[in-house]
Amino acid sequence: MHKLMASAYKEFLLLIRDIGGIAILFVMPLVLIVTITLIQDSTFKTVTDAKIPILVVNNDQGNVSETILKGLEESNTFEVNIKNSEDIAKDLVFKGKYQLAIIIPENLTTGLEQKVAQNVDGIIEKFGLEESDSLPKATIESKEVKLYFDPATQMTFKSSVKNGIDKMVSKIETESIYKAFQEEITDDPTEAIFETENFIIFKEILPKKDNEEYIPNSVQHNVPAWTLFAIFFIIVPLSINIVKEKSQGTFVRLRTNPVSYAAVLGGKTLIYLVVCLIQFVLMLLVGVYLFPAIGLPTLDISGRLPLLFIVAIFAGLAAIGLGLLLGTIAKTQEQSAPFGATFVVILAALGGVWVPVFIMPKFMQTLSNISPMNWGLNAFYDVFLRHGSLLDILPEITLLFLFFIATTSIAIVYNEKKNTA
Amino acid sequence: MINIEHISKKYKNADNYSLSDLNLLIHEKEIFGLLGPNGAGKTTLISILCSLIKPTSGSFSIDGLTYQKNKNQLKQLIGIVPQEYALYPSLTAFENLKYFGSMYGLKGKSLDEKINKSLEHLGLLSFSNKKIDTFSGGMKRRVNLIASILHNPKVLFLDEPTVGVDVQSKNVIIEFLQELNKNGTTIIYTSHHLNEAETFCTRVAIIDHGKLIIKGKPKELIETSKGSHNLEDVFISITGKALRDHA
Repeated sequence: MHKLMASAYKEFLLLIRDIGGIAILFVMPLVLIVTITLIQDSTFKTVTDAKIPILVVNNDQGNVSETILKGLEESNTFEVNIKNSEDIAKDLVFKGKYQLAIIIPENLTTGLEQKVAQNVDGIIEKFGLEESDSLPKATIESKEVKLYFDPATQMTFKSSVKNGIDKMVSKIETESIYKAFQEEITDDPTEAIFETENFIIFKEILPKKDNEEYIPNSVQHNVPAWTLFAIFFIIVPLSINIVKEKSQGTFVRLRTNPVSYAAVLGGKTLIYLVVCLIQFVLMLLVGVYLFPAIGLPTLDISGRLPLLFIVAIFAGLAAIGLGLLLGTIAKTQEQSAPFGATFVVILAALGGVWVPVFIMPKFMQTLSNISPMNWGLNAFYDVFLRHGSLLDILPEITLLFLFFIATTSIAIVYNEKKNTA
Repeated sequence: MINIEHISKKYKNADNYSLSDLNLLIHEKEIFGLLGPNGAGKTTLISILCSLIKPTSGSFSIDGLTYQKNKNQLKQLIGIVPQEYALYPSLTAFENLKYFGSMYGLKGKSLDEKINKSLEHLGLLSFSNKKIDTFSGGMKRRVNLIASILHNPKVLFLDEPTVGVDVQSKNVIIEFLQELNKNGTTIIYTSHHLNEAETFCTRVAIIDHGKLIIKGKPKELIETSKGSHNLEDVFISITGKALRDHA
């Protein structure tokens, strides 16, 4: 125990002597979490100040195009700029000046009206409500609303725009059909024959806390994900610390001392775990106090603090285990630093920090199950978003702890084998 | 005291043996010099005796103890002064020594006193709270030495302890080692400073190409080697004048 504590104290001294390193260790995760939350906050808001400028070329100038334009403006997502030429709009979008151009075709309104009228007439004839004229029906060609996207536009944006416009067009078509029927059946346009409101509606049932619906916000999502990311970045300084000891020759001296490698690593584990927890506390403080001050939702940690600390401790241990292993295996800082940084990014991607695991391909979902960041993220979400208990997070924290034990054991065995070869 | 029997060492992927069937008996309280050109196998031998590497074949014991059976006892018995400054640059001399002393189970006031006494002995007490990265090469060598003797080792291995230091530092180090030896510490040391070895060592062994070429008291070796006036002459006559560069 004395040797373990002496090792921990030495690590503490080494850390506090590197003021620049400490600043990076504590400040950069905070910068990261604030930046990411600010960026991602808009995706969680229904109303946002940041509108996406788009181009619309209205070749129709009828009711349908007016409805589309009104719908786009009322969505509060787009800032609509009207252009007269498709070529100009296309050019601007393909040069990346705008994300999207919508080209409304000529005679869309009249075409739709004719098509709907033709269909409604046909239906009414079938019911024998109207005499059929023997003339063949004119073919009305379908209309094409063209969408030009900036090639750099992400697929998620593209599909959400396509879905939105599709929904809008369907609504316009339905309303036109109702209108046409109304005109055919009654002469009084104010008479309510049809209930045009949606029959099937959706209602999202949110988790409740103290009988109050709990609405997750960008902060509740981002803080756990990026906190975990920052915690795992401890791999980089920790592995560098070990590689440095090897290059300084202090490890050679320690190997001749009657002290086990486990005790040396134990000292590092204790101090770097404290670093992880300080990082965690700072990030919680930012979420609780700084976020509301800069217009972001407040991080709600009420009643969850003990469980959050438990998750942070075990996630920290898993990250430290990985750092110890990497530091033990790597021969130079040039090996450990880039590998550590890249590996954390890979683990984060696999763990679902950027893209939710459920939308990943099957193979990646399987891989995700063996990512410690996925276990940590699930445990944090259990506490933050699902109001889970200790029992709920037990499987994840057990896996994180086993990961720490496994990586540290491999580091010790590897060190033993390598140094006695 | 140290009994080396048929020790051979061949590193992985190496073409030749670094040590080949080496036998040596080093007595208690000796100052034993391991001499040889670059790549002769001196550091390999010391590394084996300090359990840093395993021999390919052969065995050795120190004070009757072996690493296979008495690893921790043996580590407590020996001290090693490595060629590099095996110290933490951002820690002070005192903090470094306190840490390495703790690794031998030393603690409290007695450790502090031992550190201060040693620092004073080697002229470093006034620098005890200065960081190692502000020290000169000679000062680092002295701290490096203290870090290895805080636990009063019975056997002290020194791998070129005076390399790169000024004459003053060298003299202080040598005097300190002689005093340790007087107090009962057996010293095994490697050096390229043959004049230093000639006066400092009670016995020396010259190793070349991993083999023990000759051993004995410096004076006797000089006397028995034709035309040799000092240990350097003996060394040259045995190992030749050819350069020993290797990569």
